[in-house]
Amino acid sequence: MSAVLRRSPGLPGPLEWARSNLFSSVPNALLTLLSLYLLWKYVPPFVSWALLDAVWQAPSSKACREAAGAGACWAFIGEKHRFILFGTYPFEEHWRPGVSILLFLALYAVSAMRRFWTPWLGLVWLAGLTLIGMLMWGGVFGLRYVENERWGGLVLTLLLATFGIAFAFPLSIALALGRRSEMPVVRAACVVYIELIRGVPLISMLFMASVMMPLFLPSGVTVDKLLRAQSALILFAAAYLAEVVRGGLQAIPRGQYEAAEALGLSFAKRTALVILPQALKISIPPLVNTFIGLFKDTSLVVIIGLFDLLLALKTALNEPAWTGIGVEAYLFASLVYFVFCYAMSQYSQRLERDLARGPVARALKDT
Amino acid sequence: MNDAAKPAPKAAMIEIQGVSKWFGEFQALKNVSLSVAKGEKIVVCGPSGSGKSTMIRLINRLERHESGRIMVDGIEVADDVKAIEAIRREVGMVFQSFNLFPHLTVLENLMLAPVWVRKAPRKEAEESARQLLARVRIPEQADKYPGQLSGGQQQRVAIARALAMRPKVMLFDEPTSALDPEMIKEVLDVMVELAQEGMTMVVVTHEMGFARTVADCIVFMDQGEIVETGAPKDFFAAPKTDRAKLFLSQILGH
Repeated sequence: MSAVLRRSPGLPGPLEWARSNLFSSVPNALLTLLSLYLLWKYVPPFVSWALLDAVWQAPSSKACREAAGAGACWAFIGEKHRFILFGTYPFEEHWRPGVSILLFLALYAVSAMRRFWTPWLGLVWLAGLTLIGMLMWGGVFGLRYVENERWGGLVLTLLLATFGIAFAFPLSIALALGRRSEMPVVRAACVVYIELIRGVPLISMLFMASVMMPLFLPSGVTVDKLLRAQSALILFAAAYLAEVVRGGLQAIPRGQYEAAEALGLSFAKRTALVILPQALKISIPPLVNTFIGLFKDTSLVVIIGLFDLLLALKTALNEPAWTGIGVEAYLFASLVYFVFCYAMSQYSQRLERDLARGPVARALKDT
Repeated sequence: MNDAAKPAPKAAMIEIQGVSKWFGEFQALKNVSLSVAKGEKIVVCGPSGSGKSTMIRLINRLERHESGRIMVDGIEVADDVKAIEAIRREVGMVFQSFNLFPHLTVLENLMLAPVWVRKAPRKEAEESARQLLARVRIPEQADKYPGQLSGGQQQRVAIARALAMRPKVMLFDEPTSALDPEMIKEVLDVMVELAQEGMTMVVVTHEMGFARTVADCIVFMDQGEIVETGAPKDFFAAPKTDRAKLFLSQILGH
């Protein structure tokens, strides 16, 4: 056979590809050259700073800096990783938050697989969270009791984000349905709640939860600081999520409601079996957007003194031996946040693609 | 006047008495009365905006009437949610735009209400769902999603879905108006069969051929009123009112 036939005419070679995509016009060619110049100018120095010249082990920032010269000083992360991951949790008990982090990751992984989307998944979560609670608090099975003032680091961030999403999401569905309710009192209550919470910065909610709420409680009653911060996060996220869910509900054609009504399905069954499955599917992109926002917003709990990932890092930086390592430390924190948020984003895109091939997108297009 | 309801020898399945309905300032139905006996087939026709769809949507409370009284199989259609759900279990409805549930397969569409409303065991529900699909002649589509079917197939699934609740009455709201011409017949065939099996039917349609074959009674509506009722042969041969004459000349004239 001749060589011409070996390549399909639709598939250009690398040279043709470059010509048609990178150098198709004068402005395009200039932009390509500018990008190449910027990449050449900044990427190699960054790689040699972050990897080639970097120092991975050293007892202090001074020693590290001397050894590294112009390179990055990752030894800080190596030395302090346990503090960053687990905060002030008692050192000899660090395996407990360690296992908890793994449990969280396992729960995320299981929930991501659609074949596990059955009512059992709820029980798995309940069991998983109970186990995490037992591990973290202890006080049972011979585990030492650790009060939650000492929880911190990555495990606290995951805890706040996971419980935040797990409780805010159902609450937001209730709020969204309430806002569309025909009962004026319910509707008004939901509107007031959503508008009020959305109009207030999360920081002020956290302050209120930590400073003002105790003033209103009868003396002797104390609600733990972590719980208060967690509640503030949940209530805050729920208001945002409610509007996202409401958007999905509005996209469902009226005929779907009518067909479900005509079959004699009660309001609860109509909602759970017909409306929500469709509404939530269309809401995936904005829902995940809000989840990612919530994950990062957990870092705001530092202002009421909870020891999350970021505060643990900052505290470690305050140690005299490790001053001046800020760039590396914050790059590391960004990387941790990025890994979780990027995973969420990638997962949601995959889910969207799967469901776009599925029935909902097709049928909604038809009607 | 609207003493159109002919004397019903058998107990009336649907009894509409002096019903009016407003949409804001617009009065969609003006003191309408109609009685449908058990096993009777009624075809409702009339120009668009005449209130025909509104009238049948009152029967299962998809719309709410402001005055008058509607009884379905001895239960009054009123605000009581339990009574409404009881009526809806007995009254099947087929819509112009099919309104199948796009996230469920054809089989699941048919099983949803029997399982969740009638509490039928899944196995039994599946069996009768498959029988119904055979009856509307698309047993091979059971595991597809509605979006994968043609309009005519979707409408037949919708009919089967309504029948899955074993209703005593079937309401059809312009069931063929959204279909391509070549698919109308397959849907009408199913409806004719259903009529021959003795189902009580109220059908809003412009398919006058269907009306001639199936209807016991034609109800002609215009501007929110029942203008004329009669047996199909009388209605088509010699309409009594000018409005009916005009309407018939418009839809049969070409």
